[in-house]
Amino acid sequence: MKTGIFDFALSIGGAAGQGIATPGNILARLFARRGLHLNAYNAYQSIVRGGHIFLTVRVSTQKIYTHGDRLDLLVCLNQDTMDRHLGLMDAGTRVIFNSDTIKPGSAADGVYLCPISVGELTNKSRNKLIQNTISLGVISFLLGMDFKDLEEALTAQLQRKGQIVVDENVTFARAGFDHAAANFEPYSEPVGSGVKPLALWSGNEALAMGGAAAGVKFYSAYPMSPSTGVLHWMAQNGRDLGIMVRQAEDEIAVANMVVGAAHAGCRAMCATSGGGFALMTEVIGAAAMMEIPAVFINVMRAGPSTGVPTKTEQGDLWQALGASQGDFERIIVAPIDALDAYNSIPEIFNLCERHQCPGIVITDLLISEGTFAVNPDEIDLQPKIDRGELISEVSKSTKKSEYLRYEDTKSGISPRAIPGIEGYVHVVATDEHDQNGVIISDEFTNPHKRRKAVEKRARKFASVIDAIAPPVLEGPADADITLIGWGSTYGVIKEAIMQLAETGITANHLSIKWIVPFHGAEVSKIVSAAKHTIVVENNYSGQFYRYMRSETGLSVDGHIRKYDGEPFMPHHIVEGVTEQISGQTTHTVPVQEIMV
Amino acid sequence: MNDLTAKNEKLPEYSANDFKGKVDPDWCAGCGDFGVLNSLKKACSELGLKPHQILNVSGIGCSSNFPGYFNAYGMHTLHGRSLAVATGAKMANHELTVIATGGDGDGYGIGGNHFTHTARRNVDLTYIVMDNQIYGLTTGQISPTSRLGAKTKSTPHGSVEMPINPLTSAIMNGATFVARGFSGDTKQLTDLMKQAIEHKGFAHINVLSPCITFNHDNDFPFFKPRVRKLEEGGHDASDWKAACEKAMEWGENIYTGVFFQVEGKASLDEQEPILDDDGPLSYRPLGLSTAQTQKIINGML
Repeated sequence: MKTGIFDFALSIGGAAGQGIATPGNILARLFARRGLHLNAYNAYQSIVRGGHIFLTVRVSTQKIYTHGDRLDLLVCLNQDTMDRHLGLMDAGTRVIFNSDTIKPGSAADGVYLCPISVGELTNKSRNKLIQNTISLGVISFLLGMDFKDLEEALTAQLQRKGQIVVDENVTFARAGFDHAAANFEPYSEPVGSGVKPLALWSGNEALAMGGAAAGVKFYSAYPMSPSTGVLHWMAQNGRDLGIMVRQAEDEIAVANMVVGAAHAGCRAMCATSGGGFALMTEVIGAAAMMEIPAVFINVMRAGPSTGVPTKTEQGDLWQALGASQGDFERIIVAPIDALDAYNSIPEIFNLCERHQCPGIVITDLLISEGTFAVNPDEIDLQPKIDRGELISEVSKSTKKSEYLRYEDTKSGISPRAIPGIEGYVHVVATDEHDQNGVIISDEFTNPHKRRKAVEKRARKFASVIDAIAPPVLEGPADADITLIGWGSTYGVIKEAIMQLAETGITANHLSIKWIVPFHGAEVSKIVSAAKHTIVVENNYSGQFYRYMRSETGLSVDGHIRKYDGEPFMPHHIVEGVTEQISGQTTHTVPVQEIMV
Repeated sequence: MNDLTAKNEKLPEYSANDFKGKVDPDWCAGCGDFGVLNSLKKACSELGLKPHQILNVSGIGCSSNFPGYFNAYGMHTLHGRSLAVATGAKMANHELTVIATGGDGDGYGIGGNHFTHTARRNVDLTYIVMDNQIYGLTTGQISPTSRLGAKTKSTPHGSVEMPINPLTSAIMNGATFVARGFSGDTKQLTDLMKQAIEHKGFAHINVLSPCITFNHDNDFPFFKPRVRKLEEGGHDASDWKAACEKAMEWGENIYTGVFFQVEGKASLDEQEPILDDDGPLSYRPLGLSTAQTQKIINGML
């Protein structure tokens, strides 16, 4: 912990079914209410009972961008967690465990063990989850928190389960708190606090809220980890917000419903992961061909195929780039964090509606299922809405004798009328069509008409780039190292750069959010001027690197890649840069530290 | 004079001919689908509908070229997906009269999943399938309704697969209006279409619509002596068991008419409280009110 800055990380480990989420949520709320910044990551598996779940919550009085590198506190709910993690703990880390059932192994010098006999404290309560509540009491004491805050948080969390449950939990939290006071030494630096209470959200919630703020009126999904949180938020809030939410029979139906609703005049959106996205891809081409704006979110998990449903990866970039047959354009955005995920939704809707094309949001489990503190004042709740050239009411003044849905305009953008409006009756088709929507593939297939139609759709896309901010280089222009990343690696690269600075290595950071269209000229300028370039990405084959090279013709000096399912931690990048700068290698694959 | 005025008032604003699309069908001369197109034009005219109030959604196939030949808002979508697209459009604007049109391969084969689920959701739309028991646009292969033993380019030795029964499938899946028509009887077909469009809920009409080019088993001469009107034998359309029994008959007697109908069962849009007031979603203002945003933020704090 740096002096003056409270920066604290804890993990709770156990099996699925041991109730890790509840103490995790209570702690997150306690910290956020104190105004602490928070970044939480849950490493879990696709099971309902058993396995190994490991929730990490990092909080700080300063802005933080990752769940960090090290732990100040480890809570072991089972022997397995103790066995897997104790050996990784450094001096200063405290380890809370139920000494009735869990035996510590050998720990490094300075690791502070906090055994609690749950049986003794609870007079042999049969409630298997009570050790979690006791741990909360112990944590409260160790961090110098007021017990009253925990009591309030427990009451709020458990109220709906009845007063008996609340009383039992408060009693045993108190027992844990008192036991710690009598037996353990608190941390030398107590919990810090920020200026004002912060809010909490997950990336999935941010995506859903972004949709609501953007004016989404139709949301459809088929449940698929790690995107299901978007569906849950929409289902929970849809009726309040006037959003139609439909769970469909498969992702093919999802995407087609979205296109139907979008054509009928709603902003419509759906979210899935790679497998579901694969089923949606034909529809993305249909949206492009019919010129219907709609937004498709792919929350990446580790693939291919079913892959690792609960693990993160940036492996679907080429899937998004090549989604659907044919030669056409789509907008692709990769948000850099949860707030950016929120902002990206209205942004991409405005672009898609102005340019009447499909848009893809590509993000990953790290953002979507992470929990983050956010200052509510930073959330733009009434973002700009631009629906482009939309005809949604009868306007006599502009009405022409014959409405041409695909009028071959200079910009390539043709005014879009929605069904139900008198005087604008037309047919849209996935077959190639003429300006009036009549399909040309079944008549004599007129090559001149086909060429014009292709060029019209391409022309309207050419101006999208003008509306997209070019990427900027963060940090000193003359840095020794330039780290290049896209999407969710923004935070971890940022923290790695701070750590590198402490070792005397200056690095700057080029993070790409808008994948298509790509600011090739700007990126070329930055990459060409850099001294030593390293691309960081969460996949095996360097998907973004290969894409960047195709758009700029430029190579880079090195790569840091990770594809084990877990996200990068800052030190992984620091170590990669250090070994690459000394010339040991140009390709680093960091090893995830865990005892297996 | 008074009589004349009264008569004029009865004339629909849009005649059947006003529902003629921008181009003429490219179907083979004698195709059963002409009868379906003509019947739908007449049905819409007689119901007093206006072209802009209708959204005609189709998939891919000969019969799915339908929207191009019919004057209404149209969507000629992907193969098999008309019902999913139509559901989305209907939810976005539940005031539209949504009519999905397509073939047996499009609807019962590649789109079979959506057929099942659109029926059980009781989405308020009319689904007309022009069933020719063959894949025509791909020049003659078996479809999900091809008879056992059918010899086609993909089954030169005869099909060994049982055909699907669209009517019993629709009934079992929860459709609230299930009918069969014959494109050789446009009078009856027009009447069935009018009933289907007026029915609140998922209305399915399977139309025996022969392919004169690729299916020589189930052609007009095959059907003409066999089709019988259900009502002539006194059929109770509220009796699903009787409906299934009649639908399973495929021999000397092939019945047409309304097999099954449930009235008063809430359709999908009727079950969504957000559609109760304020009109279609597609016309509502975008963005959130301060009260809505405050509630969201409070939930996060």
